[in-house]
Amino acid sequence: MATQTSTSSAATALPAKRVGRRSVNTWPLLSPSVILLFLWMIVPLAMTLWFSFQYYNLLSPEVAGFAGWDNYSYLLTDPALWTAMINTLYLVFWVLVITVGLGTLLAVLFDQEFYGRGVARLLAIAPFFVMPTVSALIWKNMLMHPVNGLFAFFSRSLGLPVIDFFTDFPLTSVIIIVAWQWLPFALLILLTAIQSLDHEQKEAARMDGAGPFSMFFFIILPHLARAISVVIMIETIFLLSVFAEIYVTTSGGPGLASTNLAFLIYLRALREYDVGGASAGGVIAVILANIVAIFLVRSIAKNIAD
Amino acid sequence: MHPNTRSKLWLTALGWFAALVIFFPILWMILTSFKTEINAIATPPVVLAAPTLENYVAVRERADYIHFALNSIIISFGATLLATLIAVPAAYAMAFFPGRRTKDLLLWMLSTKMMPAVGVLIPIYLLFRDLHALDTRWGLIVVYTLMNLPIVVWMLYTFFKEVPKDILEAGRMDGAKPKQEVWMLLLPLSLPGIASTALLSIILCWNEAFWSLNLTSSNAAPLTTFIASFSAPEGLFWAKLSAASTVAIAPILVFGWMSQRQLVRGLTFGAVK
Repeated sequence: MATQTSTSSAATALPAKRVGRRSVNTWPLLSPSVILLFLWMIVPLAMTLWFSFQYYNLLSPEVAGFAGWDNYSYLLTDPALWTAMINTLYLVFWVLVITVGLGTLLAVLFDQEFYGRGVARLLAIAPFFVMPTVSALIWKNMLMHPVNGLFAFFSRSLGLPVIDFFTDFPLTSVIIIVAWQWLPFALLILLTAIQSLDHEQKEAARMDGAGPFSMFFFIILPHLARAISVVIMIETIFLLSVFAEIYVTTSGGPGLASTNLAFLIYLRALREYDVGGASAGGVIAVILANIVAIFLVRSIAKNIAD
Repeated sequence: MHPNTRSKLWLTALGWFAALVIFFPILWMILTSFKTEINAIATPPVVLAAPTLENYVAVRERADYIHFALNSIIISFGATLLATLIAVPAAYAMAFFPGRRTKDLLLWMLSTKMMPAVGVLIPIYLLFRDLHALDTRWGLIVVYTLMNLPIVVWMLYTFFKEVPKDILEAGRMDGAKPKQEVWMLLLPLSLPGIASTALLSIILCWNEAFWSLNLTSSNAAPLTTFIASFSAPEGLFWAKLSAASTVAIAPILVFGWMSQRQLVRGLTFGAVK
């Protein structure tokens, strides 16, 4: 009886819902979030755009007014911008290659049954939860330091020349640190994706005589394609504005060797007080990120449709 | 030996090797925090001779460390609480009363997250300067609230959607008013989801190091900024720095380990299940 009444009530409720059975005005509930986010997005962005067309230097307030495209043309002809752009893309690219490559292999490894897998997995994802300034200092002081670092000790013990990481390979060193921080992220997401792979499908492939390699390339990798693309997009958004790791280790140097776009804007704005020029850089950073974001939002949109 | 057992042993060795290599820098930092300053920079490195707690005592005795840690706690918890309070109504509305625009609204909220912080650093910095919000806790709380709001709304939305509609329906039949429905049914039912959302938000605030480095210097500086101030002096402080860092990351590491499952969902906006 009880079930009967409940199903019948659900049946009558369903078509009614479409008309708005309880016509709730959701705007009061939504408005705080929507208005705040709108302001957070639009106001600063509009200001950045506005400043990017102004002469505005905090040190020389007498020079002010509309600058037209001057900030942009100055920025675009400044070799520092191109160095920073190339460094930005280089950093994003290599961190992606390392994290996605190693992350996939590790995800396959941690998908296997072994003793103490749970604990090992916790250890492997730990770097993601370490604040960027701490991880940068661990690597800078304890591992890569040319005198007291562990790496220097190892190369000395092996009779190899000691590498001064941050002087000789500044950008590579930053890449290593950032990749170490983001590897757990790739691992965690790819592992989740692998575990959602149908076991029967894997069994069937094994029955058909698929070895571990064909299994990886024809079953697991295609299944991971979507997850990998999500990892790439989300990491790209964050990696485009890597800041703390550079700030703590190399300060963008030597010269501009490890300056990325985020750090260049910081230098222009808060060290040289050139608000106009820095804003033009900010606009370029926004455009760069949006190109990636469009693809990301599209791929997520597909998922919430169902 | 059974071939299956043997391959499992190999996998165990390989898996643990990989995990320890990745974990090693953190382990080394923790070990260093128990060394004397002289042992910390010794070559060849001392693994762990005569462990000492003096660094932790030193860290605890430095009043400024407590000050920065307190800032971190107040800012992360404040921003998380604020974001949750703002997000719950919105997520509730979108999960239970979806309209034609709900999907677009969700995606739009997500897209605000795509804005690189450097793109808006200058106006925020100048606004903060004019509002005297530089180096204040509330200033950073506002920024972090807005920074995490899309993620919080998004995660709560997915958790609310999993709450069986029948239960809410039944409550409504029994005469529950909308307010009661939210407080007495929805929130208790989705408490685990709300908890993991809050956990993720706290983790993100705690580790945030772009705004904190640029908008705070001393008064409101959280641990990220405090630790960064050690980048200049060379050597001699490594053991104490390690102890300070260990204490700074320990609570968040535990939080992260506790919420790793939900983390995937939160960080990928449900795109990977």
